[in-house]
Amino acid sequence: MTGDPIITMDRVSKEFGDVLAVDDMSLGIREGEFVTLLGPSGCGKSTALKMIAGILPLTAGEITISPPKGDAEHDLGFVFQEPTLKPWATVFDNVYLPLRLAGVGRGDGEPRVREALKEVGLSRFARSYPRQLSGGMKMRVSIARALVSRPRILLMDEPFAALDEMTRSKLNDDLVQLSDDHGLTVVFVTHSVFESVYLSTRVVVMAARPGRLVADMPLDAPWPRSEDYRTSIEFADETRRISETLKGTLHVDEIDH
Amino acid sequence: MSTKSTIERTRDVHEDTGAPINIGHLRRARRERILSWVMPITLLFVAICLWEFLVRYHEIPKYLIPAPSLIAETLVRDFASLMASSWFTVKLTFLSLALAIVGGVMLGALFALSRPVELSLFPFAVILQVTPVVAIAPLILIYVDSTFAALLICAWIVAFFPILTSTVVGLRSADQNLRDLFTMYRATTWQRLRYLLAPSALPYFMAALRVAGGLALIGAVVAEFVAGTAGQHTGLASRIIESSFRSEIPRMFAALFLVSLLGIVIFLLTSWASHRVLGHWHESEIRREH
Repeated sequence: MTGDPIITMDRVSKEFGDVLAVDDMSLGIREGEFVTLLGPSGCGKSTALKMIAGILPLTAGEITISPPKGDAEHDLGFVFQEPTLKPWATVFDNVYLPLRLAGVGRGDGEPRVREALKEVGLSRFARSYPRQLSGGMKMRVSIARALVSRPRILLMDEPFAALDEMTRSKLNDDLVQLSDDHGLTVVFVTHSVFESVYLSTRVVVMAARPGRLVADMPLDAPWPRSEDYRTSIEFADETRRISETLKGTLHVDEIDH
Repeated sequence: MSTKSTIERTRDVHEDTGAPINIGHLRRARRERILSWVMPITLLFVAICLWEFLVRYHEIPKYLIPAPSLIAETLVRDFASLMASSWFTVKLTFLSLALAIVGGVMLGALFALSRPVELSLFPFAVILQVTPVVAIAPLILIYVDSTFAALLICAWIVAFFPILTSTVVGLRSADQNLRDLFTMYRATTWQRLRYLLAPSALPYFMAALRVAGGLALIGAVVAEFVAGTAGQHTGLASRIIESSFRSEIPRMFAALFLVSLLGIVIFLLTSWASHRVLGHWHESEIRREH
């Protein structure tokens, strides 16, 4: 499952004005890993993710993504906390966007868009508009769009935070399945300990003020995980271990009473 | 729509999307649509009848308030001259609106793309806007040889500003995450404009178009009033002035009627265009579904 490092962050820092959002962060992510960036708000986890995506410029340091495969238009897929769909475009056109931007014609793109929609279970909704879909369905469209260009790396920024619990666990299962099917390397940002333990092969705990990496914790449970793992002793133990680490990083005034 | 069910609130499924639709709701919506036409037209008809009755009953002289029947008669009698004038005003209005759209959108795009350009040019656009067109018109009529061109410039000045400002705001209104996504996929400037910024600006643009359509007509009529004595002119405003000089009040009303009619047509056209463009996605054009 693990192989060569695919993403390397080398002493990366990011300043917004005089706020140090990410301080001297180094991290290597190997191909096929499912890594969670876990931490309280303001710890720079989203900032780190956006720097990997090339959306935010770095203040210092370097991020390297290992040489792309020949046939990939893009190395990266990105899923935001909101579905971030174009409201004026159909589900089909929304998913087609990355291919269109890469110069893939509609004829060549169509089977790939259809396949991506099938993978997220939305084949019937190709001609719908985003406003006609539920929150969970919009998120699936967003995931289909991230996968349509066949990226090696999937970056997700608290993608399921706004969804209800049932939709959320269903999407978690589907996501693990998809990333296993495609051999994806996933970097997943969340503030939910349960989510991080269930989903990932490795949890990177971050702390705020300044945003920094405080612990890098591999999870040994077999992956992909089955539904039963959610109620297992191992799951409870791992959750406790990670929660303890996370709590140790919090400032007293950050804990909600 | 569907006729297979007569029970209100029956759930049916949209053939394209599989989304459930409520037939009872559709029927209510259609009834509302029909009412929205029937009610004002009925009221207008009643008002005209009342007008006709009052004028005849009180024997009000036609140089004060002509009866609707006399106005209609005048419309038919002076049809040729009034139509020529209407055509002149229609041409002026639509040409100025078209130029306002082209100019407003191009300058707006330039403003949205370049902050320095906006900072240096925007004050001039504001000056142009805040100075009443009636006040500038005489100067423009002096400097521009062709009266038609002078009138066109006046109408353009009035219609141009809302298009410009809305285009600038609209182009800047695109969702930040979508912008980021376009950055990640290394979209070219053209792709960004075509697939993200322009569609995001459309709701703003369509709202401005509805305002600018009315303003173009106002600009065209006002400018012609100012030009009144300055040579070749055959628009509806000139017919009104001319009738006023000759105390041909029925003809004045006939010309006024045509100006209003043109205004209504422009309003309906721009509303229709807005619905065509935004109807399938934008909140402002979507009828409440709950």
